[in-house]
Amino acid sequence: MATQHKVFKNLYQDSVSLMQVSSRLDQMDGIEGASVVMGTEANLVRIADAGFGESISAKPSDLVIAVQGDAAACDAAMVAAEQALAAKPDDSGDGVSTAQPVRSFALALEQHPQANLALISVPGEYAAAEAIKALNFGLNVMMFSDNVSIADERTIKHLAQEKNLMVMGPDCGTAIINGIPLGFANVVRRGAIGVVAASGTGLQEATCRIHQLGEGVSQALGTGGHDLHQDVGGLSMLHGLQALADDPQTDVVVLISKPPAQAIADKILARAASITKPVVVNFLGQGSPATVMDGVYFADSLAHSAEVAVALYRNQMEPAAQSCSQADSDTVSRLAAGLSDAQRYIRGVFAGGTFCYEAQIIAASYDLRASSNTPSKGNSELTDLWRSQGHTIVDLGDDAFTQGCPHPMIDPTLRNQRLLQEAQDPETAAVLFDLVLGYGAAEEPLTDLLTVIEQARQQTAPPVFIAHVCGTDADPQSRQQIQMALRDAGVQLADSNAHASHLAASLVASL
Amino acid sequence: MVSTVNALFTQQLTVLNAGLQSFADNITRAGGEAVALSWQPPAGGDREGGMVLASLLNHPQIEAANEQAMAQYLAAQPMLVDVMRAGEAIPALDKHKRILHAGPPIAWNDMCGPVQGAILGAILYEQWADTLEQAQALIEQGEVSFEPCHHYDAVAPMAGIISRSMPLWVVENTENSQRVYSNFNEGLGKVLRFGANGDVVIERLHWMGTELAEAMKAMLAESGPIELKPIMAQALHMGDEVHNRNIAATGLLLKQLLPALLSTALPIEQIQRAIRFITANDHFFLNLSMAACKSMLKAAEGVPGSTMVTVMARNGVNFGIRLSSTGDTWFQAPANPVDGLFFPGYGVDDAAADLGDSAITETAGVGGFAMASSPAIVKFVGGTPADATQNSRSMQHVTLGSNPAFTLPALNFAPTAAGIDARKVLDSSVLPIINTGIAHKEAGVGQIGAGITTAPMSCFVDALNALARQISR
Repeated sequence: MATQHKVFKNLYQDSVSLMQVSSRLDQMDGIEGASVVMGTEANLVRIADAGFGESISAKPSDLVIAVQGDAAACDAAMVAAEQALAAKPDDSGDGVSTAQPVRSFALALEQHPQANLALISVPGEYAAAEAIKALNFGLNVMMFSDNVSIADERTIKHLAQEKNLMVMGPDCGTAIINGIPLGFANVVRRGAIGVVAASGTGLQEATCRIHQLGEGVSQALGTGGHDLHQDVGGLSMLHGLQALADDPQTDVVVLISKPPAQAIADKILARAASITKPVVVNFLGQGSPATVMDGVYFADSLAHSAEVAVALYRNQMEPAAQSCSQADSDTVSRLAAGLSDAQRYIRGVFAGGTFCYEAQIIAASYDLRASSNTPSKGNSELTDLWRSQGHTIVDLGDDAFTQGCPHPMIDPTLRNQRLLQEAQDPETAAVLFDLVLGYGAAEEPLTDLLTVIEQARQQTAPPVFIAHVCGTDADPQSRQQIQMALRDAGVQLADSNAHASHLAASLVASL
Repeated sequence: MVSTVNALFTQQLTVLNAGLQSFADNITRAGGEAVALSWQPPAGGDREGGMVLASLLNHPQIEAANEQAMAQYLAAQPMLVDVMRAGEAIPALDKHKRILHAGPPIAWNDMCGPVQGAILGAILYEQWADTLEQAQALIEQGEVSFEPCHHYDAVAPMAGIISRSMPLWVVENTENSQRVYSNFNEGLGKVLRFGANGDVVIERLHWMGTELAEAMKAMLAESGPIELKPIMAQALHMGDEVHNRNIAATGLLLKQLLPALLSTALPIEQIQRAIRFITANDHFFLNLSMAACKSMLKAAEGVPGSTMVTVMARNGVNFGIRLSSTGDTWFQAPANPVDGLFFPGYGVDDAAADLGDSAITETAGVGGFAMASSPAIVKFVGGTPADATQNSRSMQHVTLGSNPAFTLPALNFAPTAAGIDARKVLDSSVLPIINTGIAHKEAGVGQIGAGITTAPMSCFVDALNALARQISR
């Protein structure tokens, strides 16, 4: 049997507390006896008499813990005693509510040490500091916040690199980690295809399409829209690509971005070629490079990248890029027949920025040069944001429209108004739009939309409505039901944004 | 190297959500784990301060420095060892006509009424002038210099005036033999520390500097050094928070003091006068509580990289703090208003700004930090017992740890929050709470109320900015 003691200098505790600690130690397995006392002369004599040892020296203001029992139990008892003496109020179990607002990552981590990701959507001016904090505490980071300077983004991403942590964003709207949708994200089945995207709606489109084709997603990582900027260097995309390369659950990787700076594109493609898994790349509107790269596949659209990835996963032939099939041509002819001579223009009204961009690229492939608030290469800036002119394709989620009002994915009022305005323009041939489902998006996206379409269709010469619904049947809003309702309202639906854009553009080009 | 994000892929995802509450709700709806922060802009909304804070969090050098500073604070054993004449304990006071005051440095013209009144009183007490007008003239001629008590390891309540002939308590930390000082408490009413400087005040100071000082010195020679932490710890269990309430601590001190005082060879009349004076003053222990706190915090000073706050003090205009790592530099801001109750006939317009070195008690984890101990004065400072326990709990958000030497019955004997970490103040937007008396803005009127105030955020922001310049990541 062993005896052990420890003296805590100048640690006054009242006698009841001491007795409580004593009795707790007494009840521990392997402990024969325990004494927790203030070091008065009388107490020291008493514990010496009890066999805890003669040599304990302490002053009346010192706290003495003495235990007897087997050696391991004595060690454990000392640890337990120190914990009991240092207990914080929140451990006190006194039944009083101890709920305190958790204001910081530091405090949250004290209560949830297992936390492993910080999701930051605070105002942009404070977001960089929160990201740096989270990284310093060893958390991976998703920054939904935007309006973070490129300089701060560089600082954050270099710190993440140093700490070997992932930063998604700033301005990252979407991710799916371990099957959990983050920010604006859809509910997709888990599977073997990993996605890294610099575009939120691009990521949503690719993951939804993978799900619709019957496969699933291992991880979907966002990088934020500025990651492939020359000064940031694609750090998040390179990190995400490497993480998916190292992830045993991922068999095929999809990379999505608007066209990056050439040097950055080269760097990313070189890395993509160096990993052993097939990598499907869609740099929107940028076709395949002249040189063939082993294991790197170039897709023509967001949806096509998902289709190629699914085919590669299934060891099937690569599917051809989206264009108009014979069935589509028949549809287009049928739709065109109902239009008057005055109806000549395509009007795209989008909530998803990348959908707007992709639609412009596809329209351009039919020689339809459009105006836009976010013009793609070769297109022109819209002179009056609130009035379309000729072919016009607008992104209503752009800052120019969302100053002081919610994003149209959250509150579709603005989008619905614009749809009606376009439909009432006698020069509009086709109204092309998107409907984005999933967490974060409007819970009841149809409420006003059907009214608006109904109203438009009452006109003497209504235009054609062509749309695509980005979502899955597992989303909080059911894609199936929404598609059915739109079809019933006379909207021509497509499987993907690219398909919808092809239908609309070929229709208008045929007029 | 495999990224830690790959480890994340194999773990249960637990998200800490700062910002839109709906994101956390959606994660939970989708079957994930999310903790929603009640996020507020850190550093009082100072973006640059927030960036500096971010760079200093979980910093290895700072964590190690704070551990050391905290250990030294916890290990301190302040003992009341002696009584000395101020000029003897602090030789700089004998060399020049120098007077010490509470809080951070301040020029004569900027001082508040009570401090100016108390300084004029001290000049009369020292017989450097015969009238208030002469005293004023002496100051205007630049004959008298002023410095904070803290510059000489001294602390004093309210105006905090120490001049060379006043007696000082000498408190020694037996761990490192460092000495700190505090003056004697004069009681309530017309007293120098509230700026009163009439004949009664000066006469009382003379008596305290001679008979009382002699009695206390003789008593200590008989009793030997008196340990202060056990008295404070017991007083916390008897309804004191040893800042605004010291009645139990004064009683506990008397228990130790009386037998020794009666054993001295002093005339019985002198002993009787001393006992009458002490027993009439419920705040007699306050200055010893402050000296003990200063002693514990001085032990934590001078650790490079530490963000632990070692001084909080007010001069009636500005609030100032010092960090362990930033030496003698003060970080100041205008004192925050006091949220409190006024005695009948007085209101907020009569109040001086927060004043005194006594916030050293909160800096050491007692006073407002131990408010849960002191339901007796909760109403006096305008709150409920529930507020008091809530305050004591919330201070855990801004401290490095807690002090097991000081426990709070109302919190099931949990230790007091102690060791203010300037980083946590910025990060949590929780300001350190201070229990305080309110002085009338005019000299000599005295205390007109009491309440709770907080330390201003910008002091902590400035302090961390200064520290950040020392630190590299």
